[in-house]
Amino acid sequence: MSMAAEKNQLRDDVLNGFQLSQQLERIWRTPSGLPGALMSVDHKVVGRRYIVTAFVFLLLGGILAVLMRIQLAGPENTFLSADKYNQIFTMHGSTMMFLFAVPVMEAFAVYLVPLMVGTRNIAFPRLNAFSYWMFLFGGCFLWISFALNVGPDVGWFAYVPLSSLQYTPTKRPDVWAQMITFTEVAALAVAVEIIVTVFKQRAPGMTLDRIPLFVWAMLVTAFLVMFAMPSIMVASTSLILDRLVNTRFYDSSSGGHPLLWQHLFWFFGHPEVYIIFIPGTGMVSAILATFARRPVVGYPVVILSLIATGFLSFGLWVHHMFVTGLPQLGAGLFTASSMLIAVPSGLQIFCWLATLWDGRPVYRTPLLFVLGFIVIFVLGGLSGVMVASVPIDTQVHDTYFVVAHFHYVLIGGAVFPLIGAVYYWFPKITGRMLSERLGRWNFWLAFIGFNIAFFPMHILGLIGMPRRVYTYTADMDWAHLNLLSSGGALIFALSFALLLINVVYSARKGTLAGDNPWNASTLEWATASPPPPQNFDRIPVVKHRDPLWADGESLPVVAGLSAERREVLLTSLAEAEPQVREASPEPSIWPLLAAIATTIFFIGSIFTPWAVLWGTPPMAIALIGWFWPTGSKEDEA
Amino acid sequence: MRQTIVRDVSDLPTFGFGPRSGPWWGAMGFMALEGMGFAIAVGAYLYLYAINASWPIGASPPDLWPGTVEVVLYLLSIIPNEYTNRAAYRYDLPKVRLGLIVMSLIGIALLVLRGFEFAHLNTRWDNSAYGSIVWLILGLHTTHLATDLGDTVVLAVLMFTRHAKPRRFSDVTDNVFYWNFVVLAWLPLYVLLDWVPRL
Repeated sequence: MSMAAEKNQLRDDVLNGFQLSQQLERIWRTPSGLPGALMSVDHKVVGRRYIVTAFVFLLLGGILAVLMRIQLAGPENTFLSADKYNQIFTMHGSTMMFLFAVPVMEAFAVYLVPLMVGTRNIAFPRLNAFSYWMFLFGGCFLWISFALNVGPDVGWFAYVPLSSLQYTPTKRPDVWAQMITFTEVAALAVAVEIIVTVFKQRAPGMTLDRIPLFVWAMLVTAFLVMFAMPSIMVASTSLILDRLVNTRFYDSSSGGHPLLWQHLFWFFGHPEVYIIFIPGTGMVSAILATFARRPVVGYPVVILSLIATGFLSFGLWVHHMFVTGLPQLGAGLFTASSMLIAVPSGLQIFCWLATLWDGRPVYRTPLLFVLGFIVIFVLGGLSGVMVASVPIDTQVHDTYFVVAHFHYVLIGGAVFPLIGAVYYWFPKITGRMLSERLGRWNFWLAFIGFNIAFFPMHILGLIGMPRRVYTYTADMDWAHLNLLSSGGALIFALSFALLLINVVYSARKGTLAGDNPWNASTLEWATASPPPPQNFDRIPVVKHRDPLWADGESLPVVAGLSAERREVLLTSLAEAEPQVREASPEPSIWPLLAAIATTIFFIGSIFTPWAVLWGTPPMAIALIGWFWPTGSKEDEA
Repeated sequence: MRQTIVRDVSDLPTFGFGPRSGPWWGAMGFMALEGMGFAIAVGAYLYLYAINASWPIGASPPDLWPGTVEVVLYLLSIIPNEYTNRAAYRYDLPKVRLGLIVMSLIGIALLVLRGFEFAHLNTRWDNSAYGSIVWLILGLHTTHLATDLGDTVVLAVLMFTRHAKPRRFSDVTDNVFYWNFVVLAWLPLYVLLDWVPRL
């Protein structure tokens, strides 16, 4: 082997300080200009794009929500037609679930996990770039279709037979189904990257029991993605096949069954809730430790709760199907497991409360959002235990009670921690602090607006208002509560406008943050804000669960990695013992080309099955281009 | 932050085999999620089987010979696959080249056999839900077969170029590893597709 040639390589042990930073920056930076931007494989560049894109979709989905609330503010309103309303509630749900909630969580993982485990880039950086392009193209595909009046109108779950060719002969359900395929490909790619990054690229000494809780949460989430998303891909593919080439999966006259769809959809759809919620808990743990000024109480309890939640989340899907006439024993079993999952979630909440109780809390904006999360999520959890029971579920199924419940769980469980996370990590990503004053306004408007918007929906549901109706008559007595709810929605929307203003303003004018403005304990704060392309000049050595609190002023590091080519340190799975200095791929245009080829294939194949034939060769060429060595230092080691 | 060098890693190798390498874990990840895809498709098959009084629906079971010949060929392919694996661990370039060529030929033969299998399913995808799920599962596995074949052919060509550097032997072992998954996945699918309709 070429060990002799290797000896002459420039390494980071002969360089120091500024010289080392500069040398590493030169090999790790994203090339400048548009071509460089399209070729970038830096997890921070891709992560930032992912985050911004997901927030754009949040904005779009949010505008749809406001439109729906305007329509429902009074009885027999004619602001939106029934057809538009159907498209809008479908687009709202699909956008929020597939283009905002899951991607934004993965986006934070893409940005933060490599920094938190102390490595220079994510595992499979080109796959990461590909994942982003697929997500972007899938989202654009859905929204351009909507603009062309081909927006899906069959609900975010697209139940058959409504979504079958017979009842919806337009291309609308195909757009929905193929958007699913796009986003699932993107999500599955990130899941594999996160798992391999956490398993193999942790800094030396970061044993399993020293992994930050946020990283644990993202690891569990990645496994959920890996085992839940194949189900929806089988579902969306079979739906397209039924509609395109007359397969009979959901045709009850030929041995198919509509309930097969519901099983496939919810086998994914229920873990999906936890794919959104578990990262939220990771954010909560990270923020709490920093602002309570002590490590989270019960580190092993929190991790075991995360893992238990992950497993249990696969045993709940049938509780979405209680009114489909299931055998009683099955319904009983799924009621029991639905109630059981409250146990690990409850354990985590007690750990967080104990952390606050025993700590010296500093009530900055991120912590406010965490406190808001605890209140709202507990309320959502309580209504969740209610609907886990078959008789209650049968009564409130398809009413606004369920709408209230899942917005409490999803906005409380994921969006509040997420906004807290934005305030918390914004200084790391941009180098500047968000305004604390606007932050407090942001929080209180969000908290009050949210509750005014969604609490009345519990009551509306109990007095019989069904979901997915575009209007109602005055004699139903739903008008006052709906008006109240719409008012709350506007306040809630205003809070997001404030966030946007804060972000835009602070990105230019905010106070400079420095490396570690919150005096936090995890490794992402051990480097500059924003981090340089190489993340760390030298890879840290971890000797404690909270390295920056334990190590004081001096960070223990390793030396000996290449300063001539992109190299990451691979370590063993459990003990994080250094094993290999592995090359990390340099920028490439091929992931973008592969994503374009895949997009043509996917969109083509909702119109003609022959797309499988003519769509495959470009994809194959792009993939070969992607993997074929270029003779770079990274390829030849 | 001030830094103290506490460890030197310059003696570590620049690539590893098996669980020491990153791509091996990536392959593991993809096998897990693709395996889950197969499991879901099998679940859908068994669901349709359970709710239908007659199975297969309006068709006779698939002819046995194509699937069975495939099983034999898949199982035999483990031998040259393992031969390639061992050669790669020893950095034996000529033997790796030979192994990859043989594996490519086996892949092509299996793909041809797969064509016969589709022709002998005795049902079309649009006949009934039975036909649909059978075509879906076979299509899914064929995609795996074709993808791995493509990968093997590209790798075989690559090993004849100047890029056949030591680290490529690790890629070869990952390809070998993935082929075992394609073989293992076929065995339960064979039982499901060819024998469950005969129950």
